[in-house]
Amino acid sequence: MSTPVSAEKKEKISVPFDYNKYLRPNKLPHIWCPGCGHGIVLKAMLRAIDKAGLEKDNIALVSGIGCSSRTPGYVDFNTLHTLHGRALPFATGIKMARPDMKVIVVTGDGDALAIGGNHFIHACRRNIDLTVLVFTNAVYGMTGGQYSPTSPLGAIATTSRYGNVEPPFDTCEIAKAAGATFVARGTAYHTLELEKTIHEALAHKGTSVVDILDACPTYFGRMNKYKSATHMMETMEKDGTVSVKQVDKLPADKVQGKMLRGVLHKIERPEYCEQYASLVQEKAQGK
Amino acid sequence: MVENKRKLLQGNEACVEGAIYAGCRFYAGYPITPSTEIAEGMSVRLPKIGGRFIQMEDEIGGIAAAIGGSLAGLKSLTATSGPGFSLKQEALGYACIAEIPLVIVNVMRGGPSTGYPTGPSQSDIMQAKWGTHGDHPAIAVTPAYVQEIHSETVRAFNLAERFRTPVVVLYDETVGHMREPIILPPPGALEVIDREKVTCKPDEYFPYDERFEIPPLAPFGTGYRFHVTGLNHKKDGFPTNDSKQIGAGNERIMKKIDNHLDEIWKNEEVDLADAEIAVFAIGSTARSARYAVKEARSQGIKAGLLRPLTIWPFPDKAVTELSKRVKAIIVPELNLGQMVLEVQRCSKKAEVTGIHRVDGEPINPGQIIEAIKKAR
Ligand SMILES: Cc1ncc(C[n+]2csc(CCOP(=O)(O)OP(=O)(O)O)c2C)c(N)n1
Ligand code: SF4
Repeated sequence: MSTPVSAEKKEKISVPFDYNKYLRPNKLPHIWCPGCGHGIVLKAMLRAIDKAGLEKDNIALVSGIGCSSRTPGYVDFNTLHTLHGRALPFATGIKMARPDMKVIVVTGDGDALAIGGNHFIHACRRNIDLTVLVFTNAVYGMTGGQYSPTSPLGAIATTSRYGNVEPPFDTCEIAKAAGATFVARGTAYHTLELEKTIHEALAHKGTSVVDILDACPTYFGRMNKYKSATHMMETMEKDGTVSVKQVDKLPADKVQGKMLRGVLHKIERPEYCEQYASLVQEKAQGK
Repeated sequence: MVENKRKLLQGNEACVEGAIYAGCRFYAGYPITPSTEIAEGMSVRLPKIGGRFIQMEDEIGGIAAAIGGSLAGLKSLTATSGPGFSLKQEALGYACIAEIPLVIVNVMRGGPSTGYPTGPSQSDIMQAKWGTHGDHPAIAVTPAYVQEIHSETVRAFNLAERFRTPVVVLYDETVGHMREPIILPPPGALEVIDREKVTCKPDEYFPYDERFEIPPLAPFGTGYRFHVTGLNHKKDGFPTNDSKQIGAGNERIMKKIDNHLDEIWKNEEVDLADAEIAVFAIGSTARSARYAVKEARSQGIKAGLLRPLTIWPFPDKAVTELSKRVKAIIVPELNLGQMVLEVQRCSKKAEVTGIHRVDGEPINPGQIIEAIKKAR
């Protein structure tokens, strides 16, 4: 049954987002498995970049190593696929050399918080203007499903066959404690909300961290007995989180054990490159 | 007229001046004895000339940020010593395969591990060549005097830009911490090579274009949007599984160096013309060797010195030629036998022996004179 819609709304529905504007179509198909959440996050990121009106020439997209870190190869920016865990220092160098560029980092939870954990906290501490998107699938996808620093207690992985005995990190708490001035959480399931969150992160001056819950059905999903990729997303991302906007309205038992979604922390603090630029200006004047 | 500036500088301070002379405008590193004065000096000098300095959280971060800075168009430097050089190895290989110009200074100290931080050493000679995994090109320069630390740092930046590859400046603690008068040359006195500009249309640009022996590198953010990875890649920078392209890429980054050895090699020869006994040495050890050779000459022994200022690629040709005309080559070095193996490999006739020392003390001229006499 057709219901009359306003012209504006109609246009929104009938003109789908043109991802090809940002993709490198000849580099597709991508390497990700069917059902992997990384592609959903990539699309949300592209829509957010579009909404922010950023110039392709002016964006550097930097990653480490992992399935998620393959993202830069598929998009038409200045793209840098670095070493496992080291995306942030590479990005720091680019940003210092070219503070006018928008530098975005895409990194896996293992990449950002295990091997790259030290760089992560120090980037946050400096409050350098980087947008850091952490693809949190709670597992090492690329190497075949070992547990990661965000794997829940009890999770089965190829290196925790009897259940993970290491407690996980809360990425957002670490980012906030380390000094990041914008900290948010999104999920691949809530894709429109994720787009908005990334858009807000891009607009923020300083280190902005978005912890993005996404799913690795191939390893985490199969080993932890999720029936399908969608079942996994529904359980972990939809039912496993609540929006910060709703949390106060919900009864305690509906919030118990769930992760918060949305912008969790946002403050203003001097940004690193700006601080450095004013130092340079002072010294150039011989002060 | 611009005057030469005469100054009394420490080796590490001369390195700072050399880097700035060469056009270095970005430093990222982590402090470690005996190289720290380089970081300190850069932190003071760079902001005054519009450059940027950052003290990273570790050595890996230091080299990674320096690679990022270089890719974004700034000549970049990182400096370290022993343990820090070990930490930088993975990223050094990245700069080799991704072909990012970069200078890494390693002021050698005693090892292994934390070893003897304030003691001189030359035990990273092999690490400068073989430290990172995989076959890869290596250029390392070995100054022995404060003045030379300045000029060789400039040369290192030139080689890095010319060959689009990381270059190591390797000297021992003695030279790094020694103070000597040096003349700071005016601009233009030393050659400075800047990065080749890319002029083609963006859609015709390939960062690893095999039509060039050394394809020019367009800085990030200049309208040439391309991909850089540490994976084996095709001419457009994207990863490949094609064995032909993997092989060709790996070989090209070696050949771009091997085809230009004469441009990269640099040796100083002292009294070699009629020498019967030669000494082969670098850094502070070469300073002792120079003294020893003069002393031997005064005692009527025909001794000479071959002092490489480029240790990698190894001066095969010079050593092979030398080995055909001298009876013996003595290789004093502050390690338990590294360069001596290379000299033996290249020597066609002469007998090659090493003098080795790892007790944190320099090799003194007396030890070398004794060896010269023995070899006679
Ligand atoms: C120095 C180093 N150590 C280990 C590896 C192997 N490795 C590659 S990716 C990876 C983990 C990736 O996990 P994550 O960052 O969470 O990304 P995902 O693949 O799950 O998207 C590991 C351990 C490597 N490439 N380099
Ligand atoms: S292994 Fe997991 S993380 Fe990697 S592409 Fe497949 S589903 Fe995604």
